[in-house]
Amino acid sequence: MRFSVPVFPGSNCDHDCEYVLRNVENQSVEMIWHKDTDLKNPDCVVVPGGFSYGDYLRTGAIARFSPVMKSVADFAAKGGLVIGICNGFQILCEAGLLPGALLRNKNLKFICQTVYLRTEETDTPFTNACKPHQVLKIPIAHGEGNYFIDADGLKNLKDNRQIVVRYCDSEGKLPPESNPNGSLENIAGICNINRNVFGLMPHPDRSGEDILGSHDGNYIWKSILSTKVGVQ
Amino acid sequence: MAWHVSVYVTLKPSVMDPQGATVQRALNQMGYKAVTDVRVGKFTELEFEAGLSEADVKKQADEICDKLLANPNIESYRFTVEKK
Repeated sequence: MRFSVPVFPGSNCDHDCEYVLRNVENQSVEMIWHKDTDLKNPDCVVVPGGFSYGDYLRTGAIARFSPVMKSVADFAAKGGLVIGICNGFQILCEAGLLPGALLRNKNLKFICQTVYLRTEETDTPFTNACKPHQVLKIPIAHGEGNYFIDADGLKNLKDNRQIVVRYCDSEGKLPPESNPNGSLENIAGICNINRNVFGLMPHPDRSGEDILGSHDGNYIWKSILSTKVGVQ
Repeated sequence: MAWHVSVYVTLKPSVMDPQGATVQRALNQMGYKAVTDVRVGKFTELEFEAGLSEADVKKQADEICDKLLANPNIESYRFTVEKK
């Protein structure tokens, strides 16, 4: 499968994405500088984590106006698979490709730790290799991961089954202490209504090998790899 | 002479502001018990060319706030326009 990873000034997980896809999953990866508009004909775009534009103004707010993002939006509109991780999730929300926004963590601290995620939806191109309610062990590293959406938006997410992963404990339960950052209803990742755009704060790019503490991120990559792709 | 626009962006009342809450607790601990709420926002100054009409400045400032300076999902904004 062909993956493209846009690189913004301040991206710092672009090479984690490149590494896991190329060295662990043996896939083809193109790195796309944010000023370029040619995505190099990918099957899937991975918007990486980091601190694009120094997180100035709001996380992702400036990156979303980079020339490459117009191409990503066009690609998504045609049904192309797009996954945004951490800052990539923030950029997709700012770009309006995903609903809602990521606020400062409730405790105002940058949180870097391993968390557990409960797979809420398995009929997405990003989670189809998971069992319903499968618990994934994946790290987070962010200061602004506190997902917020208004009441109408939350109802839409639920009605359309767009809440893909929630923060949970190791047994898949959702006690308040399993929510690291104050996210509404423990939301860690959502998809768009057409299910071809997915954003999450945790890092499947940093959890592809046991030496990193977990290989559960590979469930996300394997799901993408098992998806029949082809932009209409 | 130029148009001077002062933009104030704050989280909407429905959005929790943990930074504001922390500042409020600090103020209360400092003895300012009468402070019942704090919202922390952003202040941005824009300068526009003097040749524009005030209506044009307001129109462009509105667009700038909607597109970039504020995220309508979580924030509201207001601005003032002066010539100085």
